[in-house]
Amino acid sequence: MSNIVVDKSKVPWWVSNVIVPLVNLTLALLVSGLFVFIAGENPIEAVKLIIYGSFGYIQGFAYTLYYTTNFIFTGLAFAVAFHCRLFNIGGEGQAYIGGLGVFLVAINLSFLPVPIVWLLAIFGAFLFGAAWAYIPAYLQSKRGSHVVITTIMFNFIASSLMIFLLVDVIRDTNQMAPHTVKLPEEIWLPSFEAFSGILGIKIRYSPLNLTFLLAIASLFFVWFLVWKTKWGYEMRAVGHNTQAAIYAGISPHKNIIIAMCISGGLAGLLGVNEILGVSHKIQAGFPAGYGFTGIAVALMGRNHPIGILPAAFLFGILYQGGSEVTFEMPNITRYMFVAVQGLIILFSGALENLFRPQIESFFVRRLNREVNA
Amino acid sequence: MVSPILELTDINKSFGHVQANKKINLKINKGTIHGIIGENGAGKSTLMSIVFGLYQANSGSIKINGKEINLRSPRDSIINGIGMVHQHFMLVENFTVLENIILGFEGETVFGEKLQKAKEDLEKLCKTYNFNIDLDATISDLSVGFRQRVEILKSLYRGAEILILDEPTGVLTPQEVDELFKILRSLKDEGKTIVLITHKLIEIMDLTSEVSVMRQGEMVGHTKTEDTSKEQLAEMMVGRSVLLRVDKKEIKKGETIFKVNNLSVKDDLDVTRVKDVNLEICSGEILGIAGVTGNGQTELLEALSGIRKVESGSIELFGEKISDQNNFLNPRMLKEKGLAHVPEDRQRMGLIGDFKAYENLIFGYHDQEPYSKSAILNNKEITEYSNKVMQEYDVRPNSPNLITSNFSGGNQQKIILSRELNENPKVLLVGQPTRGVDIGAIEFIHQRLIDMRDKGAAILLASVELDEILSLSDRIIVMFDGKIVGEKENKNVTDRELGLLMAGVA
Repeated sequence: MSNIVVDKSKVPWWVSNVIVPLVNLTLALLVSGLFVFIAGENPIEAVKLIIYGSFGYIQGFAYTLYYTTNFIFTGLAFAVAFHCRLFNIGGEGQAYIGGLGVFLVAINLSFLPVPIVWLLAIFGAFLFGAAWAYIPAYLQSKRGSHVVITTIMFNFIASSLMIFLLVDVIRDTNQMAPHTVKLPEEIWLPSFEAFSGILGIKIRYSPLNLTFLLAIASLFFVWFLVWKTKWGYEMRAVGHNTQAAIYAGISPHKNIIIAMCISGGLAGLLGVNEILGVSHKIQAGFPAGYGFTGIAVALMGRNHPIGILPAAFLFGILYQGGSEVTFEMPNITRYMFVAVQGLIILFSGALENLFRPQIESFFVRRLNREVNA
Repeated sequence: MVSPILELTDINKSFGHVQANKKINLKINKGTIHGIIGENGAGKSTLMSIVFGLYQANSGSIKINGKEINLRSPRDSIINGIGMVHQHFMLVENFTVLENIILGFEGETVFGEKLQKAKEDLEKLCKTYNFNIDLDATISDLSVGFRQRVEILKSLYRGAEILILDEPTGVLTPQEVDELFKILRSLKDEGKTIVLITHKLIEIMDLTSEVSVMRQGEMVGHTKTEDTSKEQLAEMMVGRSVLLRVDKKEIKKGETIFKVNNLSVKDDLDVTRVKDVNLEICSGEILGIAGVTGNGQTELLEALSGIRKVESGSIELFGEKISDQNNFLNPRMLKEKGLAHVPEDRQRMGLIGDFKAYENLIFGYHDQEPYSKSAILNNKEITEYSNKVMQEYDVRPNSPNLITSNFSGGNQQKIILSRELNENPKVLLVGQPTRGVDIGAIEFIHQRLIDMRDKGAAILLASVELDEILSLSDRIIVMFDGKIVGEKENKNVTDRELGLLMAGVA
């Protein structure tokens, strides 16, 4: 093991927050390239395809942003809880239940003016997601049941509950498949092609819709909450040093619950994108792993909105570009890209500190030399 | 003459700039109970950790039975027949007694013969020394006294000839102490050598045949126990170091504003740590609590500041009951009522190391105006305030945006102090205000506390530094074993008197 001791106060912020993640990302991509090579394809070509698929044409780019939207929500969800040192692994289940909230509000209140339905549906998504996170939060704060365990269990419970509802309670009875009826068209969120239609540009279908702006707003919301309000301050205090928080009269119980509920609510907003924006109905399994990938997004983005945005975008590129690659390169399957994601999580999450000391000490020495020279 | 079983020559040990042991010489004779006594931080535990191989001395030699040995790890010490029972037991809670004792010395991969053999050996040992332990009991089911016996048994099983006990009675009830002493005496009779580290004079007089006194990292005397007295030992232990006298005006005592009635408090392990304490503090007065660490001061301060639950009794502020066993005000409500608290352990409690300095400067007051309005932090105000107080308290470096853990201990303490004093509290609870703080900052901190007193605050000061208590307090109480064992006006009181009280003698 290396024993490099770095004086943290001397490390410039851009080294720890930009250079180190970039190095980790590059390593992950190099190893991925190796896999592509072993699979018998040209890694350079694959990169070209990824870039083309996600940026090369407007519809592809719209897809990239659509994926980015979902990753922003789930990434933020994980980050908020993490500031209170809670590992909310339950984004998946909270998003699922959040979707139920969107649907119930939208279908039952569709007689109201459209913008109000949207607002209420967003509220419903947040509320349902938060409620699903509340139970593990309560168990953690009052009974000491670890949220990692309970939120994982709650993902399974959410999944079973939704299957039950979709099969027996809210299924579209004209169909055999486990999904609900469609929402009335007038309350769908405007899609990207509708916007460009107004501007006179005609493009083909993409799932990108108005929710993207909600995601951007959420980034601001989280930044403001965590660093500019006393709630965020208290959450962070509990997360960093619970003893000290108690000394200052800050209740750990209350803050665990607040942090988890906001976290769950943000995950729930994924339902707005998927249901009000894209499919307009609840389909079984619609969160499709976004909740889990959000953990990687948050880790890569160092739990800060400014980091989560590019991290979510990167995963958006991988999702969209990846599907382009699997389409063009028969040797590369969809699962290959799951492996690539895994490598990114491995290098930027689990192995985050692998090269950090070396990189930081390198820069500290170089900068010192400049100062002395 | 027979060479001593353990001989230390010129042992030096320092941690960073702090020299914990200075040229220590010590001879321990076989078959004796040898006491090592001294105040907190005198270097007793460090010295014994060196003997047990936990630390390596910077210089000096260790001889066992006249033969020089090199102790690099506890394993070396165990091989050389040295066993140690720590203050905090090193036992696996969900293992049985037997499993704990053989841990690391199993001798076989699949338990069978050797385990059986170990069990038989241990049963014999238990009988010899009258231990009365069920080897198949799970540690978590045992009381503290029994756990200690398991530790002793463990050392004996591993062939200890010299047994070091670090403050063994700190966690025991009086009955358990009697039992322990019986065991120790029977060990001595069987020819084992025992080193007893303690700050309690009674135990020394009761149990040991020889005693060594340490003070501030130095060995200040060796004597046969029968040739000395408690008074003499207390004087050696406390010493007559130079006092940091603070200029203090004549006391202008106001009315009683803080009152504690028959207070009892338990710690996290459900042990009663504060026993039936009564005290009163007037405005304009500093009441000092002297005492060796672990005699209930921590729990008392925590209960008074609303962090710890009151077991029985009550606390009054301005004649209004603020806490009893049924309900208590949380620290924030107490702050609003004018009670501030500088906690003993700044890293664990007083600060958040990962926060920036300005965030710690408002910690606990963050939801008050002008620092925040309707839940939104007012960064402009906070920054202005931070710049101002950091200058006023001479916090170095003077940068509110620096992460707090990068400040030195003294400057961290100044951050806490400025925060707690800034609101001009009516009652101030202060624990170990100058622990690990450099001399310059000590004077500064002392002056601030005196200023607060002159402004009419009622101050409760708990410190293990006797000098600090003597130079700041108007009145002194001494805590021992959770009880107040003495109260003195700080006029003609001597170190020795206090030393005796602190050691539970007078």
